[in-house]
Amino acid sequence: MKADSNLEKVLNEGHFAVTVELGPPRGTDISVIEKKAGFLRGMADAVNITDCQTAVVRMSSIATAAILARMGIEPVMQMTCRDRNRIAMQSDIMGASALGIKNMLSISGDHQSFGSQKNAKKVFDLDSIQLIGMVKRLRDEKKMLGDGDLIQGDVPMFIGAAANPFAPPEEFRALHLKKKIDAGADFIQTQGIFNIEKFREWMETVRDMGLDKRCSILAGLIPLKSAGMAKYLTDNVPGINIPDSVIKRINGVPKERAAEEGIAIICESIEQLRDIKGIAGVHIMAIEWEHKIAEIAERAKLLPRPLV
Amino acid sequence: MIKAKRKPLDEIFNMVKDYSRILCVGCGACTSVCLAGGQRETEILTQELSECFSQKGQRVEFSVFVTERQCNAEYLADIEDMVKEHDCIISTACGVGVQYLAEKYESKPVFPALNTMFIGLDRDIAFFEERCRTCGNCKLGYTGGICPVTCCAKSLLNGPCSGTNADGSCEVSRDVPCAWNKIYERLKAQNRLENILPIQPPMDWIDKGPASFIQSGYEKRYRK
Repeated sequence: MKADSNLEKVLNEGHFAVTVELGPPRGTDISVIEKKAGFLRGMADAVNITDCQTAVVRMSSIATAAILARMGIEPVMQMTCRDRNRIAMQSDIMGASALGIKNMLSISGDHQSFGSQKNAKKVFDLDSIQLIGMVKRLRDEKKMLGDGDLIQGDVPMFIGAAANPFAPPEEFRALHLKKKIDAGADFIQTQGIFNIEKFREWMETVRDMGLDKRCSILAGLIPLKSAGMAKYLTDNVPGINIPDSVIKRINGVPKERAAEEGIAIICESIEQLRDIKGIAGVHIMAIEWEHKIAEIAERAKLLPRPLV
Repeated sequence: MIKAKRKPLDEIFNMVKDYSRILCVGCGACTSVCLAGGQRETEILTQELSECFSQKGQRVEFSVFVTERQCNAEYLADIEDMVKEHDCIISTACGVGVQYLAEKYESKPVFPALNTMFIGLDRDIAFFEERCRTCGNCKLGYTGGICPVTCCAKSLLNGPCSGTNADGSCEVSRDVPCAWNKIYERLKAQNRLENILPIQPPMDWIDKGPASFIQSGYEKRYRK
């Protein structure tokens, strides 16, 4: 065991893992976190805490993750490379570990020009692959970057990375995934997958490279709330590939039934993803829809979650 | 070369509005080439500033001189006598020229008329594109001659982020190509994909305050 986190144990024992997402509040109100976390309790093996997603200032992922850990719900602390240099990152990772956080996800982070602080100075001292390598070094060798000063204590961190199979350059994406695994990623969460057939083909490439044997791949899913959302995701979110058949389905129902159809679609997707060799679980990104996770998990037969 | 663009007129006027004998010093190097600080642009600036002063009922004397290069002491010496006759200097050089003037003529207020933008190429007449961040650790050898530090919005060294749009543009703008998409395409065409497969370690950013260096072969000249 690398971190002895619940997520790691669930994956190690061969269960089909479930992770979900929780966005921290734009302020200090803990009750917002507690309420969202309440919807997610028992529904997933770990809960990703986003790190100022879309570059909008929110409560830190570390603090929110620590609050979840205190509630007995296991967090996956997301950490972007946008806002911290290697000094702050190592410091924050050690701090997170001391606060009982055992999973993290290394990502580049949305560019600052998207968010509420457009004129901020970006950092990107490390990229997400270098960040993975740095955490692995802290965990496995107890060494900091640079001269390799030894740290005191342990950094048991289960290391995650993101993958976006369908963003250009598409042919490079599996090779890029390999770099992340070479750097030390233990698990992967992908961009939202809608085109299961295309994803099946990509996984074939991934399996041919033996990557599924070297880390746990969780397929990302986004429940559609409306036809408008499907269009927005297609037009604006890189790597989101929604087949016409899915668009037709969500367009084909009355507006008030679109959300229900969206849930039906995601449940069917989960069913299909379960059968793809090399898929170790799903990562459900229900953006500001935490209260619908129970219904999705129930209908997709993801419950009860294993006790490990 | 260095590319610069002029500051808004009112910003420049605000800096010099309390002076009455103003020397405008252009630069014959980069800022001339990028059409921001040569003879013509410096003269236009003084005319526009004169109008600003006239509107306030003030009469101001302007002189214009364009140095060969403002980043070299030899050329700055050309204006020594003129400097004495003026009570402030406006420079239409890059930030380096402004600072060297201010260092050389320490008692004179020196004001920048330009914003220094970047090191870039001429895409067309008066149309420039940034290409180098002077990171001091050039990566172009393994990235197919496309700079990931400058041309990737996140300066990523190991491949693209998840933000490449379907048309190959960057998440920050549809007008900006994803540098890593281009790097991949070019290396693939040159059969050099193996160049970007190894993991690039964290960068030595060489960010230790103002840098200086002596060109290789000239060390003897400065040995104490």
